[in-house]
Amino acid sequence: MQPLTNRAKKLEKKPMTLAERAYLPAIFQGLSITMRHFFMKKATVRYPEEVRPFSPIFRGLHVLKRDEQGRERCTACGLCAVACPAEAITMVAGERKKGEEGLYREEKYAISYEVNMLRCIFCGLCEEACPKAAVYLQADKMAPPRFERDEFIYGKDRLVEPVDPTKRSERGIQLTPEQAEALRNKMVQQPA
Amino acid sequence: MIELPTLGWQSIVIFVVFALSLLIATYCTYAERVIAAFLQDRVGPDRAGPYGLAQPLADAVKMFTKEEFFPGGANKALFVFGPCLAMITALMSSAVIPFGNHISFGNNAFFLQGIEVNIGMLWVFGVVSLGVYGVMIGGWASNNKFSLLGAIRAASQNISYELAMGLSLIAVLMISGTLSLREITLQQSSEGAFVWQDIFNWNIMKQPLGFIIFLVCAFAETNRTPFDLPECETELVGGYHTEYSSMKLGLYLFSEYVNIFVVSAVMSVLYFGGFNFPFQYELRDWLASSQGWELASAQNLITALGTVLLFGKIFAFIFFFMWIRWTLPRFRYDQLMRLGWTILIPLAVINILITGGLITFGVIK
Repeated sequence: MQPLTNRAKKLEKKPMTLAERAYLPAIFQGLSITMRHFFMKKATVRYPEEVRPFSPIFRGLHVLKRDEQGRERCTACGLCAVACPAEAITMVAGERKKGEEGLYREEKYAISYEVNMLRCIFCGLCEEACPKAAVYLQADKMAPPRFERDEFIYGKDRLVEPVDPTKRSERGIQLTPEQAEALRNKMVQQPA
Repeated sequence: MIELPTLGWQSIVIFVVFALSLLIATYCTYAERVIAAFLQDRVGPDRAGPYGLAQPLADAVKMFTKEEFFPGGANKALFVFGPCLAMITALMSSAVIPFGNHISFGNNAFFLQGIEVNIGMLWVFGVVSLGVYGVMIGGWASNNKFSLLGAIRAASQNISYELAMGLSLIAVLMISGTLSLREITLQQSSEGAFVWQDIFNWNIMKQPLGFIIFLVCAFAETNRTPFDLPECETELVGGYHTEYSSMKLGLYLFSEYVNIFVVSAVMSVLYFGGFNFPFQYELRDWLASSQGWELASAQNLITALGTVLLFGKIFAFIFFFMWIRWTLPRFRYDQLMRLGWTILIPLAVINILITGGLITFGVIK
């Protein structure tokens, strides 16, 4: 038969030599291996203090974006909820009143917008479905562990991004060509 | 004739040794986990206190607050008696181990040893072989097949390996001519001229084969991997302590670590010179002659150093025990028995013959 690789090692059963039967050389070999591992770099990441580096295309916790004037982009069309394979998104639409033009970009907005993080599979289909570029999955955050189930249902209080642009997530921002180039270089340098 | 100060001193030493063995056993649980982690490229418990040093405390609190469970059909009295016996025998054997030479206050010299008896080695062996009763009684009283199997394994394994252990020890006794552990230790010291001479006086140099046999048997006696068949979790759930919970389980686990401490101490004393270290007499004489120390206080310093170094040797052995545990897989039961009866015992007998021949022709001693 044609071997698949040239790494195949021919084995034959032969009686053990005295050194093999004495077992002690093999023990010392094993001990030296474990001792080498004793001084090796440890693989453990001490989680809460130390966080594993995220891939730049990581799909983490959702965020509801604001536009350049700090208005909410979401218009409560419901396409994300339709696209969601896990049925994790629910929302209630409402009409913008007079004087709220600084808060919401369209006449229709989401009074409530909830994502159940226990149902969500972080596929990113909501992000693709959104016509208003309102919902994004952040690359640098994930849903932290909680003790209660209801704490995993994220409402608008935890989803809408801060008004202050410097505190916003990198993802979903309209990048300048230079920024896009820098991000692309970053992704090339650290492959996922 | 027993003088009261001596008795008082002995009780102090025994109390200190008792406290030390418990402390060392406590931190052995921590060391085991950390060493296991390091050998597997992990970091181990590091949450409780700095470097996780409070972890044994947390474990103890957990042990004490667990439910005290008695299985149905168990013999209650024996069920409680088993772990107690295991713990008592583990703690008793350290009484005769010389942890240091003598220390002198004024005209009185005190041994750093619980009891100095001329049958020290016999005492250790007797008490250690009693330890298997704790395991057997506990395993039998649980009214559980797995426990019983574990207990049977423990009994047959300990009896088999005690033979080879005793035979390898006889060769040491032939050289030393005494059963007193203090005498054996003192014979391994020398007012020699070179560092070589000091180390060459250690029994390991005269009994390398005997030491290896003793070491292997020590692993079997303390139920450590690769001979931990009495508690092998893959076949017997938990072995003899399957049905145990709470502090009764704690006592079993604890007694295992105390046993490791004791057997490490015995090996250090028998084969690695005990509290002796190279240049001890030279250091003492140098301090006394050219540094203007009193001879007694110089000797006290040597004793203290020797004790520290003896504990260093003991800790090295404890580390070795754990290192082996996380390196070697468990033996199969028939392999274990074959190794004990057809290899170790004949080897030990051959070792006795060789030692006898060397003594007869005056090569050693």
